[in-house]
Amino acid sequence: MRQLRLALTAVLMVLGLAAFAAACGGDDDSGGGGSGGTPATSDDVNLTQGQDTTIAVITHGEGDAFWAVAKKGAEDAGKQMGVTVKYSESANDPQKQAQLIDSAVTEKVDGIATSAPNPDAIRDSLKKATDAGIPIITLNSGAEDYQALGAITHVGQTETIAGEGAGKKFKDAGATKLLCVIHEQSNIGLNQRCDGAKKGFGGDVENLQVKGVNDIQTTLTEIQSKLQSDDSIDAVLTLNPDIAIAARDAIQGASSDAKLGTFDLSGDVVTAIQDGEIEFAVDQQQYLQGYLPVVFLTLYKSNANTVGGGQPVLTGPGFVTKDNAATVQKLAEAGTR
Amino acid sequence: MTSAPTGAAPPAVPVADERLANIGLWARLMRRPEVGSLLGALIVCAFFWVTTDAFGTLSGIANWTDVASTIGIMAVAVALLMIGGEFDLSAGVMTGTTGLLMGLLTTEWGFSMWPAIVVTFAFAALVGFINGYMVIRTRLPSFIVTLATFFVLQGANLGVTKAITGTVRVAGLADVPGYESASKVFSDTFWSPHNFRLSVIWWIVIAAVATWVLSRTRAGNWIFAVGGDANAARNVGVPVARVKIALFMTTAMCAALVGIMIGLRLASVQAGQGVGEEFTYIIAAVVGGCLLTGGYGSAIGASLGALIVGMAFIGIQFSGWNTDWRFLFLGVILLLAVLVNNLVRQRAEGARR
Repeated sequence: MRQLRLALTAVLMVLGLAAFAAACGGDDDSGGGGSGGTPATSDDVNLTQGQDTTIAVITHGEGDAFWAVAKKGAEDAGKQMGVTVKYSESANDPQKQAQLIDSAVTEKVDGIATSAPNPDAIRDSLKKATDAGIPIITLNSGAEDYQALGAITHVGQTETIAGEGAGKKFKDAGATKLLCVIHEQSNIGLNQRCDGAKKGFGGDVENLQVKGVNDIQTTLTEIQSKLQSDDSIDAVLTLNPDIAIAARDAIQGASSDAKLGTFDLSGDVVTAIQDGEIEFAVDQQQYLQGYLPVVFLTLYKSNANTVGGGQPVLTGPGFVTKDNAATVQKLAEAGTR
Repeated sequence: MTSAPTGAAPPAVPVADERLANIGLWARLMRRPEVGSLLGALIVCAFFWVTTDAFGTLSGIANWTDVASTIGIMAVAVALLMIGGEFDLSAGVMTGTTGLLMGLLTTEWGFSMWPAIVVTFAFAALVGFINGYMVIRTRLPSFIVTLATFFVLQGANLGVTKAITGTVRVAGLADVPGYESASKVFSDTFWSPHNFRLSVIWWIVIAAVATWVLSRTRAGNWIFAVGGDANAARNVGVPVARVKIALFMTTAMCAALVGIMIGLRLASVQAGQGVGEEFTYIIAAVVGGCLLTGGYGSAIGASLGALIVGMAFIGIQFSGWNTDWRFLFLGVILLLAVLVNNLVRQRAEGARR
């Protein structure tokens, strides 16, 4: 009797889990679910060719504002091309990223788009993919390594060049001491941005390692106490939109008059630019970094096209300032900028 | 736990002793700490096996056993420590510290791979000893002591790596003499088209040894004893300090093993490696039937807990569920596993009366 009840409970739990998964996977309009039901409603001749194509997009993001836009780009491309997009993130853990790539190879997907913040770590897994005949495109990080990794092309911006541009902006604004805020421990790209900023700025640049997007409150305190302890800092560069907002509050909290610039956009950042609280944002248009690889890989499969001609496809840097902020604002609020 | 009768056995007298009551096989089975996690693992496995195509293929199995293996090795060590009544919050970051140490020794200081591995293990043993010694001497909760170690190591990882390499990772391990042979031992794959990980074998061996120690040796009895009631254990002559320090050292050295495996596999080590993973290990051990209060648990259960985590991670990927919800799914699956576990244990303990 007891065993019977126990078995019954277990069965109920499984059913509950299944129903729950179906509800969450199915309701969501992003079409990440394996059901493939969304494109079927507009199932026309031009869409059927991609119907059984699956593209895996694997990034090192951790669900922050930046990667949400890239994800939307990938999913929009999937919908428009009529292909299934499986987007997943490794939260900056290289082992997990390698394992996610392995699992995509196991599934025999038709293309893999992956960021390469640590190329060594995913080299073996990507080799397995190319050995299995799966085409690869790198995105966001990995501009220097995409060829060695066997990728068709790279979609992103060059970190150093973008950093240089930001440093130059501050130099032109007459700043003398720049604080570069690093929010992830293990992302080499962030250090390259700060190095680039140093080159473009030409003056005194100090790097500050902060807790990161998972703990904005602590990050804010860290930046604020840095500003309070050193009032010669008259410019702050952040490398993430969430961190930029924290830095804005920290500058106000420390009654500092440091100028603030940031990498990447969010709705809040654009509003802050319009209000004059943030001078500029370096926009790498990460929507394209999600969107274009899916399009390129689909074209590679259906039409054997290769894009880039052996060069990376640059999505930035572009600058958002007070002048063009209004246009960008609408788009940022829709989640595509 | 049940301790085997020791000392000189009295002449056999055919008198029924209620302590030796005959218990049915089923009831005995249901009282094992790992039965709940076994059921949980079967449910999760069946669920993904049925709902996705790739999960049940040999390559799919290679994927999720890969994820489970490094978690599993640590979960077994953490389970032993928890049975002994202590925590180690530095277990996750320790995998990063040891990996970085091995990387720096080889790429910056001219060691070849094998001597570096020996030094790394020795260093881990030292950190484990310090953890254990501080817990014993200060009588502070190990939660606090190892939290301090956690922060110290996290800071050291980033600080030292940046100071020496100028970046946030140690790279170029593949060019170090001895890399090939070390990889063959720690991080290679076998069974060619499916590429199962060697770490899976390590995991199974470590779980088997831990199970043997716990159930068949005096050391195992001591571990249960110090976790159940340290004072009582001390009074009957168990070397409590030695047992606990040894457990901390075991945990740290398993972390070194995992750190070396990951470092060799990825041919590089990031400064942030392993941070936050300590909770995954503890969760796996708890899902596997370890009590947070100590004195109860099993290595096989912890391994099954790790298996659940690995299956859920890859299963969610195969399912193509929107990854915004990943942690929610993971949380629900883990909660279900713990609930099943609890339910089974209550039934089993109810049956005891």
